[in-house]
Amino acid sequence: MERMNVLICGGTGCTSSKSDLIEKEFNRVLEEMGLDKEVKVVKTGCFGLCQKGPIIAIHPDRVFYCQVKVEDVSEIVNEHIYKGRRVERLEMHDIDEETKEKVFSMDKIRFYAKQKRVALKNCGVINPEDINEYIARDGYMALGKVLTEMTPQEVVDEIKKSGLRGRGGGGFLTGLKWQFAAQEESDQKYVICNADEGDPGAFMDRSILEGDPHSVIEAMAIAGYAIGANYGYIYIRAEYPIAVERLNIAIKQARELGLLGKNIFSTDFSFDLELRLGAGAFVCGEETALIASIEGKRGMPMPKPPFPAHKGVWGKPTIINNVETLANVAQIINNGADWFKSMGTEKSSGTKVFALGGKVVNTGLVEVPMGTTLREVIYEIGGGCPNNKRFKAVQTGGPSGGCLTEDDLDSPIDFDTLVAKGSMMGSGGMIVMDEDNCMVDIARFYMDFIVDESCGKCTPCRVGTKRLLEMLTDICEGRGTMELIDEMEQLCYTIKSTALCGLGQTAPNPVLSTLRFFRDEYEAHVKDKRCPAHVCKALLSYSIDPDKCKKCSLCSKKCPTGAISGIAGKEVFKIDTSKCIKCGACREACHFGAVEMR
Amino acid sequence: MKSLADLKALRDQTKKRLDLRDGENDYRIVVGMGTCGISAGARPVLNTFVEEVAKHNYSASVTQSGCMGLCSYEPIVEVFDKQGNKTTYVHMNPAKAEEVTRKHIGQGEICEEFTIGAAGR
Repeated sequence: MERMNVLICGGTGCTSSKSDLIEKEFNRVLEEMGLDKEVKVVKTGCFGLCQKGPIIAIHPDRVFYCQVKVEDVSEIVNEHIYKGRRVERLEMHDIDEETKEKVFSMDKIRFYAKQKRVALKNCGVINPEDINEYIARDGYMALGKVLTEMTPQEVVDEIKKSGLRGRGGGGFLTGLKWQFAAQEESDQKYVICNADEGDPGAFMDRSILEGDPHSVIEAMAIAGYAIGANYGYIYIRAEYPIAVERLNIAIKQARELGLLGKNIFSTDFSFDLELRLGAGAFVCGEETALIASIEGKRGMPMPKPPFPAHKGVWGKPTIINNVETLANVAQIINNGADWFKSMGTEKSSGTKVFALGGKVVNTGLVEVPMGTTLREVIYEIGGGCPNNKRFKAVQTGGPSGGCLTEDDLDSPIDFDTLVAKGSMMGSGGMIVMDEDNCMVDIARFYMDFIVDESCGKCTPCRVGTKRLLEMLTDICEGRGTMELIDEMEQLCYTIKSTALCGLGQTAPNPVLSTLRFFRDEYEAHVKDKRCPAHVCKALLSYSIDPDKCKKCSLCSKKCPTGAISGIAGKEVFKIDTSKCIKCGACREACHFGAVEMR
Repeated sequence: MKSLADLKALRDQTKKRLDLRDGENDYRIVVGMGTCGISAGARPVLNTFVEEVAKHNYSASVTQSGCMGLCSYEPIVEVFDKQGNKTTYVHMNPAKAEEVTRKHIGQGEICEEFTIGAAGR
């Protein structure tokens, strides 16, 4: 008889910190102590607080242990599982603001208190490799309901009514997309799940597929019924091996139970699907490029129209939905459109998962109702910038988005507000930057990414972004002029209005948005040849303040290039800037703060 | 899988197993499992609670705690209701555990004769 469950995160983050070995060790120790019959070890999906991984949950006690090591397992089993004494040193906790005492419960830990898990409902609760656990949480009920109680049009109407918008970037109404495809007359239609998650820093789709693969499969079958399609593709990048493996297991189990295949629930409806592995090109997240890639062609975008709903994969009507969008579908059918609309804002209903990263205390996955403010996400859930550094900006929407500043912290996050502020929702990456980040360098980082990922089909993107990168590099390395900034801005607008696909049209956004909010930083690079955040190495110079120098010689011992000269105990030390490689080792070594950086 | 009814049957079968992870129950049964508790026979008591609760499908979670400081009264079991009211049972054994599950958890009647109050008299 099972009395206790040990849930171990098997997501990519925790697996990389050896959660698989921890699982083995739990099984070994439990068996050794004769507890293996009453305590079940379950590998589950992401708990969200990846920063503190590997995370382990023990139920029914609702205890979370973080940063667990293989060596800790025996203590957890002996103390907690056998004797009921929690291992407090590993327990996830927060400090209560009023009492200043440690709190352990989920609804008191700020990271979880404000979250509302819908798309991530099953992540960290079920074993993704066991279809029965998905079914136990009302899995495939929605598919059964639509097949036996609803007409395809009713399904489309329900999704339309819910106001669900695409979570992959554009925020197009999902129900409307389905309507267009449903209206097409064709002998064959397709449903595609776009799992080509490519924004640097975004990993919510991966976590959903790893933690709850059936929610996506069920939603694809529902979409198939709604538009009249009997076949689907999940386009996923090969660099997500855990997600691919779990999807394959899930598809096999669904087929065995007859939830995929012919005559599902004894109706006339048949549906099956397969995985298509992409090589990880950013542009393949663009739907026409994705279709080309599925067809075995080179992943390059095509002009629209024709839209995929009219002419998609193999020239047939196709809908393409993002992973997180699909993860909401079954719950909308089960709980009703009104339930979904009750969360979020008027024009952006439901919740959104954000991948919180960068200069923030709690990095990880966060799901909140739309309309939550940036301040709540970054400060209350994320815990603010570490080491009391000053918040500078947050980049949303990845390389296609833009940055938002302190002035925007209290604006609600939804599709339209972000666009109005010059950024976008994108897939939900949220990179926090503090005073130590140089915004010109950030723009250069994103442009470097775009240049790498541009498919090369159209000139504005292929050549234009390359030129932008060169200009940004010039500015970072001290060769910039004021004219260059103007020229660069002009080029941005030209690319925006002439590039072929979404990737190119949005590529200049990081440059434009940093120019808009941080023009002073660009000007400091150009006019004063100075990087205010001390990031751009070419503009840095180190010197030793003779008044503060105690002639201890520590700096010269640490210098890898012998650029520091002086006599210990007798003469203050000096840096020869022609030999200095600006590594900062002397500054770290100095106990008296005598090494200055500017 | 031929019908929605088949799916529901399969769901209900597994659901009980997953309730362990939900934490929303009417009662919380805490068995003292310190060294003193274990040596006084707390393990069979714990197992009895787990089995009886599952058998009758009661809404209760069974967990453990360490030594409660009353070693001479072990095995000690605390039962908390939703309002947080605590009943402390002492000198427990599997037969008493079965009775507490049936009466207290099942019917809401406290088994006065096993409580610490009765033992102290």
